[in-house]
Amino acid sequence: MKHRYVYVLAAMLTVVGLSVFFYKWQVLGFPISENQETPVWTIESSVKFDSGPGSIKVQLHVPTLTPGFRMLNENSVSRGYGFTLNYGSGGREAQWAIRRADGEQTIYYRISVYEDDSVDQSDTTPPFPPMPVINEPLKTAVDVLVSDVREHSADTATFTTELLRRINDPSPDPNVELLMSGADTNADFVGVVTMVLAAARIPARMVRGFPLAGRQRSADLVAWLEVHDGDRWLYFNPTTGEERLPERFLVWWRGNERLVNLEGGSNVEVRFAIQKNYLDSVAIAETQAAQRDASAIDFSLYSLPIQTQAVYSVLLMIPIGALIMVLMRNFVGIDAFGTFMPVLIALAFRETQLLWGVILFTLLVTLGLSIRFLLDRLRLLLVPRLSAVLIVVVILMLFISLTSHRLGMETGLSVALFPMVIIAMTIERMSVVWEERGAADAIRAGAGSIVVAVVAYIFMGMAWLEHLIFTFPELLLVVLAMVILAGRYTGYRLSELKRFRALSTN
Amino acid sequence: MFGAARKLREAGVLGLNERNADYIARLNPRRLYPLVDDKVLTKKLALEAGMAVPDLYGVIAHQGEVRRFPEIVREQESFVIKPARGSGGDGIIVVTGRSKRKRDTFRMSSGVFVSEGEILHHISNTVSGQYSLSGSRDAALIEYCVHFDPIFADVSYQGVPDIRVIVYRGYPVMAMVRLPTRASDGKANLHQGAVGAGVDMGSGTTLTGVLDDDVVDEHPDTGALIAGLEIPKWDFILESSARGYEVTGLGYLGVDMVIDKNRGPLILEMNARPGLNIQIANGIGLSHRIKRIETSYDATATPAERAAFARLEFGTHARQLELLRKPGIHT
Repeated sequence: MKHRYVYVLAAMLTVVGLSVFFYKWQVLGFPISENQETPVWTIESSVKFDSGPGSIKVQLHVPTLTPGFRMLNENSVSRGYGFTLNYGSGGREAQWAIRRADGEQTIYYRISVYEDDSVDQSDTTPPFPPMPVINEPLKTAVDVLVSDVREHSADTATFTTELLRRINDPSPDPNVELLMSGADTNADFVGVVTMVLAAARIPARMVRGFPLAGRQRSADLVAWLEVHDGDRWLYFNPTTGEERLPERFLVWWRGNERLVNLEGGSNVEVRFAIQKNYLDSVAIAETQAAQRDASAIDFSLYSLPIQTQAVYSVLLMIPIGALIMVLMRNFVGIDAFGTFMPVLIALAFRETQLLWGVILFTLLVTLGLSIRFLLDRLRLLLVPRLSAVLIVVVILMLFISLTSHRLGMETGLSVALFPMVIIAMTIERMSVVWEERGAADAIRAGAGSIVVAVVAYIFMGMAWLEHLIFTFPELLLVVLAMVILAGRYTGYRLSELKRFRALSTN
Repeated sequence: MFGAARKLREAGVLGLNERNADYIARLNPRRLYPLVDDKVLTKKLALEAGMAVPDLYGVIAHQGEVRRFPEIVREQESFVIKPARGSGGDGIIVVTGRSKRKRDTFRMSSGVFVSEGEILHHISNTVSGQYSLSGSRDAALIEYCVHFDPIFADVSYQGVPDIRVIVYRGYPVMAMVRLPTRASDGKANLHQGAVGAGVDMGSGTTLTGVLDDDVVDEHPDTGALIAGLEIPKWDFILESSARGYEVTGLGYLGVDMVIDKNRGPLILEMNARPGLNIQIANGIGLSHRIKRIETSYDATATPAERAAFARLEFGTHARQLELLRKPGIHT
């Protein structure tokens, strides 16, 4: 029954580890694979105008509710201007003010957004619009059109579609022709449509923004139609009547108000430029977590100094190596020197590369072993002998580095990365085993150590695994749970199937 | 692969993981290990319990005492030097005599002569912990060299053959004789190349042997048949090993004994982590027998009663039944 605690503990560790992992992955959006980059669009609006003699006030509509996009950051570049963000009737407004300015002025407002499908329109339900005051003869035209369309439609959506179809008809009826006679621009056109919809008591408004594609030097605002069906906002293409938003449509502002309002200046002109670039998903997730005030981020390894991060990205792989060690020893049953020696060797392999690592390690141990056998003849006491082996190992490392440097093989220099104390102990253990159990046993255990080190190296070197553990260190709890469970594994080792085969067959 | 594992499971073969997790971790509390890891202590306890052990000539526990060695063995022609905390028979040297001309030159069991200086170096290495389990400081034991009973003379190559009995919660479970070979350098240790021969628990008669995990019928060096040798004083051996439980308190215990020509069975050492090769030597797994002990376990039984239980339950007759239950066997 004692075993139950083991399972409960392992289950708890797994649950804790996995739930933190899922929270960070799904909610905070930490990327599960490395170098995952998210496209980020930076939209720069420049407001250019000629300054007048007195104080200047500029008001610019900026994005408020942006379905499908989440804001990463925003800023304004405007020398000498006071800058504030206010909520107006049509959403947020950026406001710049200055007591006096000379000549032509340019003010920039920049916003960065990235795609996030979870961001949805969370606007309030609007009241029914009041009947617009329309003068004759337009009033009759509107009334006729509304009653006509109403007969041919069932609900708000179909009403809008039908209305748009009629208005866009290449050979419109006289009423439509009359209504549209003054609508020159796209925005005027949508303005008339909202007026007709208001006459039918349907809440509607104009949205303006642009579809985000790659890089655009000057993007033109597109007017779109937004209609509320009593439940949610629907988007209509004003020229086709199709009910949808263009792909990657960033809503800049809503309503019929002008984009920019200038007091104390003239010749105002607003231009938009769009730049698409890629940002590391981790950075985005962190910004987002910081905005949400999530405490998980405080414990993120990414908050450490870069150098420390580099150290930890290696250190965090040691538990993986330990897990491999457990599997190789208790499940496969490979003989190796020292409990964690192969893991440390595998760490050294990371720096030397695999082939060179194996060659250098074998060379070092072989040379060390032969010198150890020479030392044996001197009949030294244990501790001085171990120290002598250690010193010999250091000298050998130096020798290998110098020789390989002479030969122009720079990889040989990395021999210095091997843990020399561990190697000295390995040489000592190996020589004792060699003497007492024979060369075969010693070489088998030595080869076993290399095999385990190579397997550990392969796993510890997996970039995606390293990224995963570094970004989600809580997964180490899962590794811990696995090791604890393996500690209760009482089945046979793979090597025992061979060892005891005589018992199962005859 | 899983099929092979299932077959082993059915045959009752005990694996290393199961031994470590279910038996050693549960039945052998860590605090009792020093009792068997330190051979000086084991010897003392066994003597107190009235068991027969080889005489102790002296203990060298410090480097400064190493020079006392000639004095300790002055009266002795033959002796054995062992590390007190050694494992697996490592670091043991057996001196079988002295050179006729020079008393400070010793003849090893292999026939090679070594100087006193070399032996002093070996003792010094032993004391500084070269052969100890943890590498920490150790002591060297110098004790009586067993003159082994001629019964195993034909199936041993030098060295001393010994008898290993696995004792589970005081009940002898399985036994084997370990026979030194040329490859094992006179040592009775299976992973150094000694032959292990299973023993019928009922009669104390040897069965076939195992060498490096393979079944053998003859000794590799002498060519003599391994099976059919009758171990003398088998009753006493079983009872002594059963008593090892009272002495050490270890529930999963290996007791190593030798048979001396003059003094009969002597306890050499005890082991808290006995190996699993004994299963191969006996051609049968440990698990079924251990289950049998669990079902009829009696905490009040005396060592003699437990030895009798083992003879009855695990003897020839019972063994044939055991083999019958193994899959794929028809008699």
